[in-house]
Amino acid sequence: MIDSTLAEISRALENRDISSVEITKAYLDRIAQENADLNAFITVTEDLAMAQAEAADKKRSEGSAGAFTGIPIAHKDLFCTNGIRTSCGSKMLDNFIAPYNATVVERFNNAGAVTLGKTNMDEFAMGSSNETSFYGPVKNPWDRSLVPGGSSGGSAAAVAARLCAGATATDTGGSIRQPASFSGITGIKPTYGRVSRWGMVAFASSLDQAGTMTQSAEDAALMLNVMAGMDEKDSTCSTIDTEDYTASLDKPLEGLRIGLPVEHFSEGLSADMEECIRDAVGEYEKLGATVKDIQLPNSHLSVSAYYVIAPAEASANLSRYDGVRYGYRCDNPVDLEDMYKRTRSEGFGTEVKRRIMVGTYALSAGYYDAYYRKAQKIRRLIKNDFQSAFEEVDVIMGPTSPHTAFAIGSQNDDPVTMYLEDIYTIAVNLAGLPGISIPAGFINNLPVGLQIVGKDFAEAQLLNVAHKFQQATDWHKKAPQD
Amino acid sequence: MPMELANVENIAHLARLHLSDEEKKEAADSMSNILKLIDQMQSVNTDNIEPLAHAFDNVQRLRYDAVTETNTRDELQKIAPEAEEGLFLVPKVIE
Repeated sequence: MIDSTLAEISRALENRDISSVEITKAYLDRIAQENADLNAFITVTEDLAMAQAEAADKKRSEGSAGAFTGIPIAHKDLFCTNGIRTSCGSKMLDNFIAPYNATVVERFNNAGAVTLGKTNMDEFAMGSSNETSFYGPVKNPWDRSLVPGGSSGGSAAAVAARLCAGATATDTGGSIRQPASFSGITGIKPTYGRVSRWGMVAFASSLDQAGTMTQSAEDAALMLNVMAGMDEKDSTCSTIDTEDYTASLDKPLEGLRIGLPVEHFSEGLSADMEECIRDAVGEYEKLGATVKDIQLPNSHLSVSAYYVIAPAEASANLSRYDGVRYGYRCDNPVDLEDMYKRTRSEGFGTEVKRRIMVGTYALSAGYYDAYYRKAQKIRRLIKNDFQSAFEEVDVIMGPTSPHTAFAIGSQNDDPVTMYLEDIYTIAVNLAGLPGISIPAGFINNLPVGLQIVGKDFAEAQLLNVAHKFQQATDWHKKAPQD
Repeated sequence: MPMELANVENIAHLARLHLSDEEKKEAADSMSNILKLIDQMQSVNTDNIEPLAHAFDNVQRLRYDAVTETNTRDELQKIAPEAEEGLFLVPKVIE
Protein backbone atom coordinates (compact mmCIF):
# COMPACT_ATOMS: atom_id res chain seq x y z
CA MET A 1 0.00 0.00 0.00
CA ILE A 2 2.88 2.45 0.61
CA ASP A 3 3.56 2.48 -3.13
CA SER A 4 0.06 3.85 -3.71
CA THR A 5 -0.69 7.47 -4.45
CA LEU A 6 -2.04 9.77 -1.76
CA ALA A 7 -5.44 9.72 -3.51
CA GLU A 8 -5.48 5.90 -3.49
CA ILE A 9 -4.60 5.86 0.21
CA SER A 10 -7.37 8.39 0.87
CA ARG A 11 -9.89 6.09 -0.89
CA ALA A 12 -8.58 2.97 0.88
CA LEU A 13 -8.97 4.70 4.25
CA GLU A 14 -12.46 5.79 3.33
CA ASN A 15 -13.43 2.25 2.26
CA ARG A 16 -11.83 0.87 5.46
CA ASP A 17 -9.54 -1.33 3.38
CA ILE A 18 -6.76 -0.10 5.61
CA SER A 19 -6.51 1.86 8.87
CA SER A 20 -4.40 4.94 9.45
CA VAL A 21 -2.45 3.06 12.13
CA GLU A 22 -1.59 0.33 9.59
CA ILE A 23 -0.44 2.65 6.83
CA THR A 24 1.43 4.91 9.29
CA LYS A 25 3.29 1.88 10.72
CA ALA A 26 4.17 0.76 7.20
CA TYR A 27 5.71 4.16 6.39
CA LEU A 28 7.57 4.32 9.72
CA ASP A 29 9.01 0.86 9.05
CA ARG A 30 10.14 1.93 5.61
CA ILE A 31 11.68 5.13 7.01
CA ALA A 32 13.53 3.04 9.62
CA GLN A 33 14.84 0.84 6.84
CA GLU A 34 15.81 3.52 4.30
CA ASN A 35 16.47 6.82 6.01
CA ALA A 36 19.93 6.06 7.41
CA ASP A 37 21.17 5.88 3.84
CA LEU A 38 18.88 8.36 2.02
CA ASN A 39 19.00 11.02 4.80
CA ALA A 40 15.64 12.40 3.66
CA PHE A 41 14.40 13.08 7.19
CA ILE A 42 16.14 15.23 9.79
CA THR A 43 13.60 14.28 12.47
CA VAL A 44 11.20 11.32 12.52
CA THR A 45 8.19 11.91 14.79
CA GLU A 46 7.22 8.32 15.46
CA ASP A 47 5.23 8.85 18.67
CA LEU A 48 3.32 11.83 17.33
CA ALA A 49 2.54 9.94 14.11
CA MET A 50 1.12 6.94 15.96
CA ALA A 51 -0.97 9.16 18.25
CA GLN A 52 -2.32 11.10 15.26
CA ALA A 53 -3.04 7.85 13.38
CA GLU A 54 -5.00 6.47 16.33
CA ALA A 55 -6.94 9.73 16.62
CA ALA A 56 -7.66 9.61 12.86
CA ASP A 57 -9.00 6.06 13.04
CA LYS A 58 -11.18 7.04 15.99
CA LYS A 59 -12.53 10.01 14.07
CA ARG A 60 -13.35 7.74 11.14
CA SER A 61 -15.16 5.23 13.34
CA GLU A 62 -17.22 8.14 14.67
CA GLY A 63 -18.13 9.09 11.11
CA SER A 64 -16.44 12.50 11.12
CA ALA A 65 -13.47 11.84 8.82
CA GLY A 66 -12.58 14.01 5.83
CA ALA A 67 -10.56 13.37 2.65
CA PHE A 68 -7.26 13.89 4.48
CA THR A 69 -8.00 12.15 7.76
CA GLY A 70 -5.27 9.63 8.58
CA ILE A 71 -2.96 10.30 5.62
CA PRO A 72 0.75 10.20 6.59
CA ILE A 73 2.78 13.11 5.27
CA ALA A 74 6.06 14.90 6.03
CA HIS A 75 6.87 18.58 6.44
CA LYS A 76 9.94 20.35 5.12
CA ASP A 77 11.98 21.33 8.16
CA LEU A 78 11.31 25.05 7.76
CA PHE A 79 7.64 24.86 8.74
CA CYS A 80 7.43 25.53 12.47
CA THR A 81 6.02 22.60 14.43
CA ASN A 82 4.95 23.11 18.02
CA GLY A 83 7.16 21.06 20.34
CA ILE A 84 9.20 19.50 17.51
CA ARG A 85 12.57 20.83 16.37
CA THR A 86 12.51 23.11 13.30
CA SER A 87 16.15 23.26 12.16
CA CYS A 88 15.86 24.75 8.66
CA GLY A 89 18.86 22.55 7.86
CA SER A 90 21.08 24.82 9.96
CA LYS A 91 23.31 24.52 13.03
CA MET A 92 21.85 27.92 13.93
CA LEU A 93 18.46 26.30 14.62
CA ASP A 94 19.66 22.82 15.63
CA ASN A 95 18.22 23.41 19.12
CA PHE A 96 15.16 25.44 18.05
CA ILE A 97 11.79 24.09 19.15
CA ALA A 98 9.06 26.44 18.00
CA PRO A 99 6.30 27.19 20.51
CA TYR A 100 3.68 27.28 17.72
CA ASN A 101 2.65 25.66 14.43
CA ALA A 102 2.99 27.21 10.98
CA THR A 103 -0.43 27.85 9.42
CA VAL A 104 0.28 25.10 6.85
CA VAL A 105 1.05 22.60 9.62
CA GLU A 106 -1.98 23.72 11.62
CA ARG A 107 -4.26 23.19 8.61
CA PHE A 108 -2.94 19.66 8.00
CA ASN A 109 -3.33 18.84 11.69
CA ASN A 110 -6.90 20.13 11.64
CA ALA A 111 -7.60 18.06 8.51
CA GLY A 112 -6.51 14.94 10.43
CA ALA A 113 -3.19 14.35 8.64
CA VAL A 114 -0.47 12.26 10.28
CA THR A 115 2.99 13.88 10.61
CA LEU A 116 5.78 11.34 9.99
CA GLY A 117 8.58 13.85 10.48
CA LYS A 118 10.55 16.81 9.18
CA THR A 119 12.47 16.56 5.92
CA ASN A 120 16.03 17.53 5.10
CA MET A 121 16.78 20.64 3.05
CA ASP A 122 19.53 23.00 1.99
CA GLU A 123 20.45 25.31 4.88
CA PHE A 124 17.82 28.08 5.07
CA ALA A 125 16.59 26.78 1.68
CA MET A 126 19.70 28.18 -0.02
CA GLY A 127 20.86 25.62 -2.54
CA SER A 128 19.88 23.50 -5.53
CA SER A 129 21.29 20.14 -4.45
CA ASN A 130 20.53 19.65 -0.74
CA GLU A 131 24.29 19.60 -0.11
CA THR A 132 24.36 22.73 2.10
CA SER A 133 22.33 21.05 4.89
CA PHE A 134 24.01 20.98 8.32
CA TYR A 135 22.66 17.41 8.50
CA GLY A 136 24.45 16.24 5.37
CA PRO A 137 23.35 15.68 1.79
CA VAL A 138 20.24 13.73 0.79
CA LYS A 139 20.72 10.95 -1.74
CA ASN A 140 18.66 10.64 -4.89
CA PRO A 141 16.58 7.42 -4.65
CA TRP A 142 17.06 6.78 -8.38
CA ASP A 143 20.85 6.68 -8.03
CA ARG A 144 22.29 7.16 -4.59
CA SER A 145 25.48 8.76 -5.86
CA LEU A 146 23.43 11.70 -7.18
CA VAL A 147 21.75 14.71 -5.56
CA PRO A 148 17.93 14.79 -5.32
CA GLY A 149 17.92 18.52 -6.17
CA GLY A 150 17.20 21.29 -3.72
CA SER A 151 16.39 23.02 -1.62
CA SER A 152 13.44 20.69 -0.87
CA GLY A 153 15.60 17.62 -1.51
CA GLY A 154 14.42 15.71 1.56
CA SER A 155 10.74 16.12 0.67
CA ALA A 156 11.45 15.06 -2.93
CA ALA A 157 13.49 12.00 -1.96
CA ALA A 158 10.96 10.98 0.71
CA VAL A 159 8.10 11.00 -1.80
CA ALA A 160 10.15 9.33 -4.56
CA ALA A 161 11.35 6.55 -2.21
CA ARG A 162 7.80 6.11 -0.86
CA LEU A 163 8.70 7.14 2.69
CA CYS A 164 5.50 9.24 2.90
CA ALA A 165 2.31 9.77 0.90
CA GLY A 166 3.16 13.41 0.20
CA ALA A 167 5.23 16.23 1.62
CA THR A 168 5.12 19.97 2.05
CA ALA A 169 7.93 22.00 0.51
CA THR A 170 8.82 25.59 -0.38
CA ASP A 171 10.05 27.30 -3.51
CA THR A 172 11.92 30.63 -3.62
CA GLY A 173 13.72 30.18 -6.96
CA GLY A 174 12.92 26.60 -7.97
CA SER A 175 13.21 24.67 -4.70
CA ILE A 176 10.07 22.60 -5.32
CA ARG A 177 10.15 22.18 -9.09
CA GLN A 178 13.84 21.34 -9.59
CA PRO A 179 14.00 18.58 -6.92
CA ALA A 180 10.66 17.25 -8.20
CA SER A 181 12.20 16.96 -11.67
CA PHE A 182 15.44 15.33 -10.40
CA SER A 183 13.46 12.87 -8.27
CA GLY A 184 10.74 11.91 -10.76
CA ILE A 185 7.76 13.30 -8.87
CA THR A 186 5.14 16.06 -9.15
CA GLY A 187 5.90 19.38 -7.44
CA ILE A 188 3.74 22.49 -7.52
CA LYS A 189 4.69 26.01 -6.48
CA PRO A 190 1.43 27.95 -6.19
CA THR A 191 1.00 31.64 -6.97
CA TYR A 192 2.74 33.95 -4.48
CA GLY A 193 0.20 34.57 -1.72
CA ARG A 194 -1.92 31.47 -2.38
CA VAL A 195 -0.57 29.69 0.72
CA SER A 196 0.18 31.38 4.03
CA ARG A 197 3.83 31.96 4.86
CA TRP A 198 3.08 32.30 8.58
CA GLY A 199 5.40 30.06 10.58
CA MET A 200 7.69 29.38 7.62
CA VAL A 201 11.31 30.31 8.39
CA ALA A 202 11.85 33.29 6.06
CA PHE A 203 14.46 33.29 3.30
CA ALA A 204 13.36 35.89 0.70
CA SER A 205 9.94 37.15 1.72
CA SER A 206 8.80 38.51 -1.66
CA LEU A 207 9.58 35.16 -3.34
CA ASP A 208 9.00 32.38 -0.77
CA GLN A 209 5.94 30.22 -1.38
CA ALA A 210 4.82 26.90 0.08
CA GLY A 211 3.69 24.03 -2.12
CA THR A 212 3.66 20.25 -2.36
CA MET A 213 5.65 17.18 -3.39
CA THR A 214 3.54 14.19 -4.44
CA GLN A 215 3.42 11.30 -6.90
CA SER A 216 0.63 12.82 -8.99
CA ALA A 217 -1.25 16.01 -9.81
CA GLU A 218 -4.38 14.55 -8.22
CA ASP A 219 -2.41 14.14 -4.96
CA ALA A 220 -1.19 17.73 -5.21
CA ALA A 221 -4.79 18.91 -5.60
CA LEU A 222 -5.77 17.07 -2.41
CA MET A 223 -2.91 18.67 -0.49
CA LEU A 224 -3.58 22.14 -1.90
CA ASN A 225 -7.21 21.83 -0.83
CA VAL A 226 -5.92 21.68 2.74
CA MET A 227 -3.14 24.28 2.50
CA ALA A 228 -4.38 27.09 0.29
CA GLY A 229 -6.34 30.13 1.29
CA MET A 230 -6.47 33.37 3.18
CA ASP A 231 -4.72 33.66 6.54
CA GLU A 232 -5.08 36.74 8.73
CA LYS A 233 -1.61 36.08 10.14
CA ASP A 234 0.14 36.65 6.78
CA SER A 235 -0.55 40.12 5.40
CA THR A 236 0.72 39.07 1.95
CA CYS A 237 -1.64 36.11 1.78
CA SER A 238 -4.22 36.57 -0.98
CA THR A 239 -7.90 37.17 -0.28
CA ILE A 240 -8.86 35.66 -3.64
CA ASP A 241 -11.15 32.65 -3.12
CA THR A 242 -9.68 29.16 -3.33
CA GLU A 243 -11.40 26.40 -5.31
CA ASP A 244 -11.79 22.67 -4.94
CA TYR A 245 -8.61 21.80 -6.82
CA THR A 246 -9.84 18.27 -7.56
CA ALA A 247 -13.04 19.49 -9.26
CA SER A 248 -11.64 20.27 -12.71
CA LEU A 249 -8.87 17.66 -12.94
CA ASP A 250 -10.60 15.75 -15.73
CA LYS A 251 -11.59 18.72 -17.87
CA PRO A 252 -10.72 18.01 -21.55
CA LEU A 253 -7.76 19.93 -22.97
CA GLU A 254 -9.21 20.61 -26.43
CA GLY A 255 -8.22 24.10 -27.46
CA LEU A 256 -5.63 24.58 -24.71
CA ARG A 257 -3.01 27.03 -26.02
CA ILE A 258 0.54 26.07 -25.07
CA GLY A 259 3.47 28.46 -25.42
CA LEU A 260 7.08 27.27 -25.72
CA PRO A 261 9.59 30.00 -24.82
CA VAL A 262 12.28 29.96 -27.51
CA GLU A 263 14.77 31.08 -24.84
CA HIS A 264 14.25 27.80 -22.96
CA PHE A 265 14.97 25.67 -26.02
CA SER A 266 18.27 27.26 -26.97
CA GLU A 267 21.92 26.92 -25.88
CA GLY A 268 22.52 25.13 -22.60
CA LEU A 269 19.78 22.57 -23.18
CA SER A 270 21.03 19.09 -24.03
CA ALA A 271 19.67 17.42 -27.17
CA ASP A 272 18.18 14.46 -25.31
CA MET A 273 16.49 16.77 -22.80
CA GLU A 274 14.98 18.80 -25.64
CA GLU A 275 13.74 15.62 -27.34
CA CYS A 276 12.13 14.42 -24.13
CA ILE A 277 10.34 17.74 -23.54
CA ARG A 278 9.18 18.02 -27.17
CA ASP A 279 7.80 14.47 -26.94
CA ALA A 280 5.82 15.49 -23.85
CA VAL A 281 4.47 18.54 -25.66
CA GLY A 282 3.54 16.22 -28.55
CA GLU A 283 1.44 14.22 -26.09
CA TYR A 284 -0.50 17.41 -25.36
CA GLU A 285 -1.13 17.95 -29.06
CA LYS A 286 -2.68 14.47 -29.14
CA LEU A 287 -4.93 15.64 -26.29
CA GLY A 288 -6.16 18.53 -28.44
CA ALA A 289 -3.85 21.36 -27.41
CA THR A 290 -2.28 23.80 -29.83
CA VAL A 291 1.39 24.76 -29.54
CA LYS A 292 3.25 27.90 -30.56
CA ASP A 293 6.62 29.51 -29.88
CA ILE A 294 6.61 32.52 -27.58
CA GLN A 295 9.26 34.88 -26.34
CA LEU A 296 10.41 35.81 -22.84
CA PRO A 297 13.14 38.21 -23.99
CA ASN A 298 14.39 39.16 -20.51
CA SER A 299 14.42 35.66 -19.05
CA HIS A 300 18.23 35.44 -19.40
CA LEU A 301 18.47 38.19 -16.77
CA SER A 302 16.33 36.40 -14.20
CA VAL A 303 19.21 34.64 -12.41
CA SER A 304 21.16 37.92 -12.21
CA ALA A 305 18.22 39.86 -10.77
CA TYR A 306 17.35 37.01 -8.41
CA TYR A 307 20.89 36.94 -6.96
CA VAL A 308 20.44 40.56 -5.92
CA ILE A 309 16.86 40.41 -4.66
CA ALA A 310 16.97 37.06 -2.82
CA PRO A 311 20.28 37.69 -0.99
CA ALA A 312 19.19 41.27 -0.16
CA GLU A 313 15.98 40.01 1.45
CA ALA A 314 17.86 37.13 3.08
CA SER A 315 20.48 39.42 4.60
CA ALA A 316 17.68 41.39 6.26
CA ASN A 317 15.66 38.31 7.31
CA LEU A 318 18.65 36.47 8.73
CA SER A 319 19.78 39.42 10.83
CA ARG A 320 17.42 38.05 13.50
CA TYR A 321 19.89 35.24 14.26
CA ASP A 322 21.94 37.13 16.80
CA GLY A 323 22.21 34.65 19.67
CA VAL A 324 19.86 36.64 21.90
CA ARG A 325 16.36 35.19 21.76
CA TYR A 326 16.58 31.66 20.36
CA GLY A 327 18.84 29.34 18.40
CA TYR A 328 22.59 28.98 18.62
CA ARG A 329 24.83 31.20 20.79
CA CYS A 330 28.65 30.97 20.78
CA ASP A 331 30.51 30.00 23.96
CA ASN A 332 31.91 32.66 26.32
CA PRO A 333 31.35 35.88 24.34
CA VAL A 334 33.57 38.71 25.58
CA ASP A 335 31.16 41.47 24.51
CA LEU A 336 28.00 41.99 22.44
CA GLU A 337 29.77 42.39 19.11
CA ASP A 338 31.87 39.29 19.71
CA MET A 339 28.66 37.41 20.52
CA TYR A 340 26.91 38.54 17.33
CA LYS A 341 29.87 37.82 15.08
CA ARG A 342 30.92 34.47 16.48
CA THR A 343 27.33 33.24 16.89
CA ARG A 344 26.62 33.99 13.24
CA SER A 345 29.95 32.73 11.92
CA GLU A 346 29.73 29.45 13.83
CA GLY A 347 25.97 28.98 13.32
CA PHE A 348 25.72 29.63 9.58
CA GLY A 349 27.29 27.50 6.85
CA THR A 350 29.39 28.77 3.94
CA GLU A 351 26.60 29.29 1.39
CA VAL A 352 24.36 31.14 3.83
CA LYS A 353 27.21 33.45 4.85
CA ARG A 354 28.01 34.02 1.17
CA ARG A 355 24.45 35.12 0.41
CA ILE A 356 24.29 37.35 3.49
CA MET A 357 27.50 39.01 2.27
CA VAL A 358 26.15 39.50 -1.29
CA GLY A 359 22.87 40.91 0.04
CA THR A 360 24.61 43.22 2.49
CA TYR A 361 26.84 44.48 -0.32
CA ALA A 362 23.89 45.05 -2.69
CA LEU A 363 22.04 47.08 -0.05
CA SER A 364 25.06 49.02 1.22
CA ALA A 365 25.49 52.75 0.73
CA GLY A 366 26.46 53.68 -2.81
CA TYR A 367 25.42 50.36 -4.38
CA TYR A 368 21.67 50.36 -3.77
CA ASP A 369 20.69 51.94 -7.11
CA ALA A 370 23.18 49.96 -9.18
CA TYR A 371 22.10 46.63 -7.76
CA TYR A 372 18.86 46.49 -5.80
CA ARG A 373 16.92 49.12 -7.73
CA LYS A 374 18.21 47.81 -11.05
CA ALA A 375 17.14 44.27 -10.09
CA GLN A 376 13.65 45.47 -9.22
CA LYS A 377 13.38 47.11 -12.64
CA ILE A 378 14.46 43.87 -14.32
CA ARG A 379 11.83 42.13 -12.21
CA ARG A 380 9.21 44.40 -13.76
CA LEU A 381 10.46 43.57 -17.27
CA ILE A 382 10.29 39.85 -16.51
CA LYS A 383 6.74 40.14 -15.19
CA ASN A 384 5.76 42.17 -18.28
CA ASP A 385 7.21 39.44 -20.54
CA PHE A 386 4.95 36.85 -18.92
CA GLN A 387 1.92 39.13 -19.14
CA SER A 388 2.44 39.63 -22.87
CA ALA A 389 2.93 35.89 -23.40
CA PHE A 390 -0.27 35.08 -21.52
CA GLU A 391 -2.24 37.24 -23.94
CA GLU A 392 -1.49 34.60 -26.58
CA VAL A 393 -1.33 31.33 -24.63
CA ASP A 394 -2.93 29.67 -21.59
CA VAL A 395 0.12 27.88 -20.21
CA ILE A 396 3.86 27.96 -20.83
CA MET A 397 5.86 24.72 -21.04
CA GLY A 398 9.52 23.82 -21.09
CA PRO A 399 12.18 21.88 -19.23
CA THR A 400 12.28 22.33 -15.44
CA SER A 401 16.05 21.96 -15.40
CA PRO A 402 18.74 22.02 -18.12
CA HIS A 403 19.73 18.41 -17.30
CA THR A 404 18.97 15.43 -15.06
CA ALA A 405 20.33 14.96 -11.51
CA PHE A 406 24.09 15.43 -11.10
CA ALA A 407 26.64 13.69 -8.83
CA ILE A 408 26.98 14.66 -5.17
CA GLY A 409 30.00 16.95 -4.86
CA SER A 410 30.32 17.62 -8.60
CA GLN A 411 29.16 21.26 -8.70
CA ASN A 412 30.70 22.84 -5.62
CA ASP A 413 33.72 24.63 -7.07
CA ASP A 414 32.00 27.82 -8.19
CA PRO A 415 28.72 28.99 -6.60
CA VAL A 416 27.61 30.56 -9.90
CA THR A 417 27.50 27.11 -11.57
CA MET A 418 25.02 26.02 -8.90
CA TYR A 419 23.00 29.25 -9.24
CA LEU A 420 22.52 28.60 -12.97
CA GLU A 421 20.78 25.29 -12.11
CA ASP A 422 17.60 27.31 -11.61
CA ILE A 423 17.74 29.13 -14.93
CA TYR A 424 14.25 27.97 -16.06
CA THR A 425 12.49 28.28 -12.70
CA ILE A 426 13.65 31.56 -11.17
CA ALA A 427 11.73 33.96 -13.45
CA VAL A 428 8.48 32.33 -12.29
CA ASN A 429 9.19 33.35 -8.67
CA LEU A 430 10.15 36.88 -9.67
CA ALA A 431 6.80 37.19 -11.46
CA GLY A 432 4.91 35.46 -8.63
CA LEU A 433 3.29 32.93 -11.00
CA PRO A 434 2.29 29.33 -10.27
CA GLY A 435 4.44 26.56 -11.73
CA ILE A 436 4.45 22.78 -11.63
CA SER A 437 7.02 20.14 -12.58
CA ILE A 438 5.75 16.73 -13.67
CA PRO A 439 7.61 13.56 -14.70
CA ALA A 440 7.94 13.55 -18.49
CA GLY A 441 10.39 10.79 -19.34
CA PHE A 442 13.86 9.46 -18.63
CA ILE A 443 17.38 10.05 -19.88
CA ASN A 444 19.79 7.21 -18.99
CA ASN A 445 17.32 5.95 -16.40
CA LEU A 446 17.11 9.34 -14.67
CA PRO A 447 13.85 11.29 -14.46
CA VAL A 448 13.11 14.39 -16.53
CA GLY A 449 10.70 17.13 -15.41
CA LEU A 450 8.35 19.16 -17.61
CA GLN A 451 7.67 22.62 -16.19
CA ILE A 452 4.22 24.12 -16.77
CA VAL A 453 3.67 27.76 -15.81
CA GLY A 454 0.22 29.30 -15.50
CA LYS A 455 -1.42 32.67 -15.01
CA ASP A 456 -1.86 34.16 -11.54
CA PHE A 457 -4.00 31.88 -9.35
CA ALA A 458 -4.48 29.33 -12.16
CA GLU A 459 -3.53 26.39 -9.88
CA ALA A 460 -6.70 24.47 -10.79
CA GLN A 461 -5.87 24.78 -14.49
CA LEU A 462 -2.23 23.73 -13.97
CA LEU A 463 -3.35 20.67 -12.04
CA ASN A 464 -5.91 19.84 -14.73
CA VAL A 465 -3.25 20.15 -17.45
CA ALA A 466 -0.84 17.98 -15.41
CA HIS A 467 -3.50 15.40 -14.53
CA LYS A 468 -4.61 14.85 -18.13
CA PHE A 469 -0.97 14.15 -19.09
CA GLN A 470 -0.73 11.67 -16.22
CA GLN A 471 -3.91 9.94 -17.44
CA ALA A 472 -2.30 9.54 -20.88
CA THR A 473 1.23 8.55 -19.75
CA ASP A 474 2.74 6.54 -16.92
CA TRP A 475 6.02 8.39 -16.26
CA HIS A 476 4.74 9.49 -12.85
CA LYS A 477 4.05 5.87 -11.89
CA LYS A 478 7.69 4.82 -12.27
CA ALA A 479 9.41 4.32 -8.94
CA PRO A 480 13.08 3.85 -8.09
CA GLN A 481 14.23 0.33 -7.19
CA ASP A 482 15.71 -0.18 -3.72
CA MET B 1 39.73 40.34 -10.38
CA PRO B 2 38.94 39.34 -6.77
CA MET B 3 37.22 41.86 -4.55
CA GLU B 4 39.62 43.78 -2.30
CA LEU B 5 40.07 42.26 1.15
CA ALA B 6 39.33 45.58 2.89
CA ASN B 7 35.99 45.65 1.10
CA VAL B 8 35.24 42.06 2.15
CA GLU B 9 36.11 42.93 5.76
CA ASN B 10 33.81 45.94 5.71
CA ILE B 11 30.86 43.93 4.36
CA ALA B 12 31.51 41.14 6.88
CA HIS B 13 31.44 43.73 9.67
CA LEU B 14 28.17 45.24 8.40
CA ALA B 15 26.69 41.72 8.34
CA ARG B 16 28.17 40.96 11.78
CA LEU B 17 30.11 37.99 10.51
CA HIS B 18 33.58 36.99 11.64
CA LEU B 19 35.56 35.51 8.75
CA SER B 20 38.92 33.74 9.04
CA ASP B 21 41.71 34.82 6.67
CA GLU B 22 40.99 31.81 4.51
CA GLU B 23 37.26 32.57 4.44
CA LYS B 24 37.99 36.19 3.46
CA LYS B 25 40.02 35.02 0.48
CA GLU B 26 37.30 32.59 -0.55
CA ALA B 27 34.65 35.33 -0.15
CA ALA B 28 36.68 37.75 -2.28
CA ASP B 29 36.87 35.17 -5.09
CA SER B 30 33.30 33.92 -5.01
CA MET B 31 31.79 37.39 -4.59
CA SER B 32 33.67 38.58 -7.65
CA ASN B 33 32.17 35.71 -9.66
CA ILE B 34 28.69 36.42 -8.31
CA LEU B 35 29.01 40.15 -9.06
CA LYS B 36 30.05 39.28 -12.61
CA LEU B 37 26.79 37.29 -12.94
CA ILE B 38 24.80 40.15 -11.41
CA ASP B 39 26.43 42.73 -13.67
CA GLN B 40 24.73 41.12 -16.68
CA MET B 41 21.74 43.22 -15.60
CA GLN B 42 23.57 46.30 -16.84
CA SER B 43 23.22 45.05 -20.44
CA VAL B 44 19.59 46.19 -20.48
CA ASN B 45 18.40 49.76 -20.46
CA THR B 46 15.87 50.23 -17.67
CA ASP B 47 15.39 54.01 -17.79
CA ASN B 48 11.73 54.87 -17.18
CA ILE B 49 10.95 51.36 -15.89
CA GLU B 50 9.14 51.41 -12.56
CA PRO B 51 10.86 49.10 -10.02
CA LEU B 52 8.78 46.10 -8.91
CA ALA B 53 9.29 45.36 -5.21
CA HIS B 54 6.80 42.57 -5.05
CA ALA B 55 5.05 40.25 -7.52
CA PHE B 56 1.72 41.80 -6.61
CA ASP B 57 2.22 45.46 -5.96
CA ASN B 58 -0.87 45.75 -3.80
CA VAL B 59 -1.09 47.86 -0.70
CA GLN B 60 -0.55 46.07 2.57
CA ARG B 61 -3.76 44.81 4.11
CA LEU B 62 -4.61 46.53 7.39
CA ARG B 63 -6.40 45.22 10.46
CA TYR B 64 -8.24 46.87 13.30
CA ASP B 65 -6.00 48.29 15.99
CA ALA B 66 -7.10 45.77 18.57
CA VAL B 67 -5.11 43.50 20.87
CA THR B 68 -5.03 40.01 19.36
CA GLU B 69 -1.92 38.50 20.93
CA THR B 70 -1.82 36.93 24.34
CA ASN B 71 1.22 37.22 26.60
CA THR B 72 3.46 34.23 25.83
CA ARG B 73 6.68 35.76 27.18
CA ASP B 74 7.55 32.90 29.50
CA GLU B 75 6.96 30.31 26.83
CA LEU B 76 9.06 32.21 24.28
CA GLN B 77 11.89 32.78 26.75
CA LYS B 78 12.11 29.08 27.52
CA ILE B 79 14.00 28.62 24.24
CA ALA B 80 16.34 31.61 24.79
CA PRO B 81 20.08 30.94 25.23
CA GLU B 82 19.97 32.92 28.49
CA ALA B 83 16.99 34.56 30.17
CA GLU B 84 16.22 35.64 33.73
CA GLU B 85 13.16 37.23 35.37
CA GLY B 86 11.57 37.99 32.01
CA LEU B 87 14.73 39.49 30.51
CA PHE B 88 17.01 38.20 27.74
CA LEU B 89 20.59 38.23 29.03
CA VAL B 90 23.50 39.39 26.85
CA PRO B 91 27.13 40.23 27.64
CA LYS B 92 27.59 43.45 29.61
CA VAL B 93 27.02 46.48 27.34
CA ILE B 94 27.46 49.42 29.76
CA GLU B 95 30.41 49.64 32.16
